[in-house]
Formats: sequence, structure tokens, C-alpha cells
Amino acid sequence: IMIEKTEPEHVDAPAEFSFPPTFSVSEIKNKQRRHLMFMKLKQEKRKQKVAIKKKKKKERDALGDKAPPKEVPKTIENQRVYDETTVNPEDEEVAFDEGTDEFSAYFNRLTNPKVLITTSDRPRGRTVRFCNQLATVIPDAHVYYRRGLALKKVIPQCIARGFTYLMVINEDRKVPNGMVLCHLPDGPTAHFKVSSVRLRKEMKRRGKDPTEHSPEVILNNFTTRLGHSMGRLFAALFPHDPQFVGRQVATFHNQRDFIFFRFHRYIFKNEKRVGIQELGPRFTLKLRSLQKGTFDSKFGEYEWVLKRHENDVCRRRFNL
Amino acid sequence: MQHDDVIWDVIGNRAFCSFKVKTKVQNFCRNEYNITGLCNRSSCPLANSQYATIREEKGQCFLYMKVIERAAFPARMWEKVKLSKNYEKALEQIDQNLIYWPRFIRHKCKQRFTKITQYLIRIRKLTLKRQRKLVPLSRKVEAREKRKEEKALIAAQLDNAIEKELLERLKQGTYGDIYNFPIHAFDKALEHQDEESETDSEEEEEEDDEDVGKKEFVAEDEIEESDLNHSHFDRVEEDESEEEMEEEPEASGSKGKMPLKGAVFRKKRAYVEIEYEQEMEPVPKSKAT
Repeated sequence: IMIEKTEPEHVDAPAEFSFPPTFSVSEIKNKQRRHLMFMKLKQEKRKQKVAIKKKKKKERDALGDKAPPKEVPKTIENQRVYDETTVNPEDEEVAFDEGTDEFSAYFNRLTNPKVLITTSDRPRGRTVRFCNQLATVIPDAHVYYRRGLALKKVIPQCIARGFTYLMVINEDRKVPNGMVLCHLPDGPTAHFKVSSVRLRKEMKRRGKDPTEHSPEVILNNFTTRLGHSMGRLFAALFPHDPQFVGRQVATFHNQRDFIFFRFHRYIFKNEKRVGIQELGPRFTLKLRSLQKGTFDSKFGEYEWVLKRHENDVCRRRFNL
Repeated sequence: MQHDDVIWDVIGNRAFCSFKVKTKVQNFCRNEYNITGLCNRSSCPLANSQYATIREEKGQCFLYMKVIERAAFPARMWEKVKLSKNYEKALEQIDQNLIYWPRFIRHKCKQRFTKITQYLIRIRKLTLKRQRKLVPLSRKVEAREKRKEEKALIAAQLDNAIEKELLERLKQGTYGDIYNFPIHAFDKALEHQDEESETDSEEEEEEDDEDVGKKEFVAEDEIEESDLNHSHFDRVEEDESEEEMEEEPEASGSKGKMPLKGAVFRKKRAYVEIEYEQEMEPVPKSKAT
């Protein structure tokens, strides 16, 4: 009965609906009728879309080789606002800076990474398990209980014992939610927000536990200067020479300022195919602040701080 | 005239006192000038015309005294004496000021002063230690970030990126001679072409096989179709949820015309997916060290 009532609204014959130009679905006061008209409108639009697509495909097939190339859809990545701090691979200044910054010792093979992992006070089970799993992923990592120690007092002791990294996992409401990564001799301190932590038990189709071999490291999409320093920060966590026998790879993938960490075991089936199987924990990081020097939240010099309203202005602007 | 007893009789025992806090066991006095904090005949600042307290302001201790001569001048009633920061000297000061005063008030003043200095010391010690800073989270902002993260994850296509990177490294030769794949470019190109055609033909064959199989099924029994729907849904949904696909609402929402077509469509796709997934599992297991 409803459908028949809507017919008098049309100008044309009921067989094909076409709407008068000044007609708007939102002006119908009756909700059910309005809903029906809206659905019809949507169907119409969908049909038109399909028709256009078909026509285009026909044209493309007709032209064959001479067809114009397919249009690339716009994504946030390819519409990204150009960042003037994007690193050019041949840039001398950048190369010079990287040769003399805090990580140069590592990259010149003078030091081996040694990581100390700890938490905030009174960690809950999930955080403790996360720390332990991180320790298996990062070779030469040691987990220590915090027991209320002040970081500023811990740092000189770490330096004395030869640690190169201090990683503090902050916990809130029984879940890890932050990470402070401090490069030790006098290196930068990065503060991250940690989210989507997935422990090994919760992984689907995971394999056996990671072995003691040093994994390879993949760093994706770190384009700007800040991204570059982040990349070096992560690279210096792992030993220089990955043991390819272990076939393990740790990935830090940056996408829209979120750094996704994954740990896989790979196997080359042939030259063109590789199978990967995820082991190990996974988490995402978002950089909140980068501070020069070791951890000093009050008097430290901040190289970069996340200011939300900067990125609210344009959603295609990213920092890393 | 100040009749302390009458005042106490009224506020302490019979009628209402706005500073009194009653609990099951005890009565407390919320008056700021009260020396012990309890509601007693001797501790009540309203019911004693000669009274003294110690109060602390911003780390500084003061001795407050009230005498009956000034009872008529409320603005000048309390005499304030600043106590020395030295503990012993301050005690002497209290003794000097409260000379000839009742024993109870002198004693309680000194007790209160001791307690105050102790908690001031504690405050100073604590401020030197680590202090936990609570940062408020904005719900909207957190929700927005979460959504952005999910979208970034989808855009990242991590598995593809990792596989591509690994293959690149293999091509560049970072692995040296571990893997015995022929490195000849010509061979590679050939293989590439062969593989393409092979995989294409394979897929076509697979699809044809499945098509043939499926079509037979559909033509024969419609009832079985619905049964299969139900039985397959769980499995299919599991896999598809893993793959982060949004076919579910479409398939489940469409009624009437679509179910057969949708089911066939989904099943065909699900079949292909399951095959691919299973391919990956057994190989690493066999080669795991």
C-alpha cells in the first residue's frame, strides 16, 4: 500500500522514476515515505554509477592498448602535504648530522646495544608479560623490576653497567599505554603512546617462540628529519649483524604518524614468494615527544613535542 | 557575660552545634580553632573563654590565644604569635606565652605543635621524591586517535610491505649465498613470466573447478543451500573477520532476492581464501629449526 501511495509524487510514469529538479527527499514529512524515497534515490544513484562504470570499461576495452592509463585514486598518503623537513637521500647536511649525532657510536660499530626494560611502579600481569616478551624479541635485553626507583637515579647506574638503552613501559589501568625510550650515554629520550598491544598468546596462527638469533630490522616510511632520527633510534636497539639463519625480522612501519611494530619469521618459497608468520608481540607507537639528553622531564630540552592542534588543522599533514 | 557552663550545656549536650560531627563512637569538632579536634567540655573553643591553639599556615606555625577580656571584641579576640622554626625554641615560646595557663591547654598545644612539625617534615621529604602526575585524557580525542590508528593500519598493508621488502633484500643480495635461487636476470624474467601465466591458469582452473562444483550444488537443492549457509557462516565469518573484510553486513542484510547469489558468491570467495591461508601454515612448520 505504501508503494502505491508514493506514485502520485512522480512526474513521469511509474515505470522509471525520475525526480523533478526542485525535489528534495528531506522535505517529505512522513518518515516512512521519506525513507522509501530515499532508498529509491540511492538505488537510482547506484544504477547510474554502475552504468558509468560499464561505459568506461567498454571504452577502455574498445581502445585496447591506446587507452589512457587508469586513474590513481587519491589517498591520504599521496595527498600528503609536502613537509619541508623531508630527507633527500643525497643531502649532505643530513649525512653530516647523522655522522656526528648520538647514534654515530652505534653506527660506527663502536658499541653493542644492551637494553634495560622496566615498568612504572607496581606493574600488573599484562605489562609484566609484555616486558618479558619484548625481552625475547630484542637480543641482549634485561628486565628489571622498578620498585619505586627514580629514573634519574637509575640512569647513571645503567651507564655504569654499560647499558645503551633504557626502556620504561608505563602502565595505566592494568594495560601498558606508554613507553619512554632513552638512549643512554647522553642520547635522546623519546616518549611514545603505546596502543593495541597484542601478546603472543593472543596472536592468531602464530608459530613457536622466537629464538635467540638476532633479527633483521625493517624500517618503513620514515621520511622526515624527525622520522629519520626515530628510525635510527629503533635501529640502534638491535645488533648490527642480523643472523640470517634465524629468519626473523622485526618491522617498524610508519603510517600516518603511527609506528606499527611486528615481529615475523619468514621463509622464501622461491624467488618471487615469501611466506611470513607472525610470532612475538605486536604494538603500535605514537611519538609524543623527543627530548635531547637523557630523561629529564622538567629541565630537559625538547626537540619536538606533539601538539594536537597543529595536526588538527590539516588532516594530510604528518610529522614522521 | 560569658557563661561557659551554660554555653556548653546548650551546644555540647542538648541543642545543636554546627561544628559537631557525630559518629557512632565519638564526637568530633570541626571548628578551626579546636586544639584536639574532639568535642569535649575542655576542648570546645566556644565553651572556654580562655583558650589557645596552634595553627599552621604555609609551613609557618602560629600560636593563637583567646582571653576573656577580649570576649566582647570578636575582631581582636584571637592573639596570634609567630613561632620560631626551631623546634626547641618554639616549645619555649609556647611555655612563655602560656605561663600560668591551665595544664591541659599547655600540654595539648605542645602535642599539636609536635604533630604539625612532623607532618611538615614529611611533606618536604615527599616533594623531593618522585611524584606521579595524572594527565587527563579526553574521551573524544582518544576515540579519534583510535579510529585514525585503525585506518592507518588498513592503509599500511603491513604484510605486503614486509614481503616486498624481504624480496627486495633477496634481490639485492643482502642474504649472500644462503638461498640457492638462480640469480640470472634472464632466468628470472622467464620465471616471472612463467609464474604469471602459471598462476593465472591455476587460478582459472581452480575457479572453473569450483564453478562447476558450485553450480551443480545450487541447481540441485535449495534447501541444502540454506543449511550450508548456516554451517559455513561461522567458518567464513571467522576467516573474513581476520581478513578485515566488510562483506558480512551486505550478505547478511540482503534478503529475498540475494541469498542464493550472495551465498554462492561468498562461498566461492571463502573457498579461495581458505586455500591460500592453509598454504602458508604447513611449510614453515616443516622447515622450522
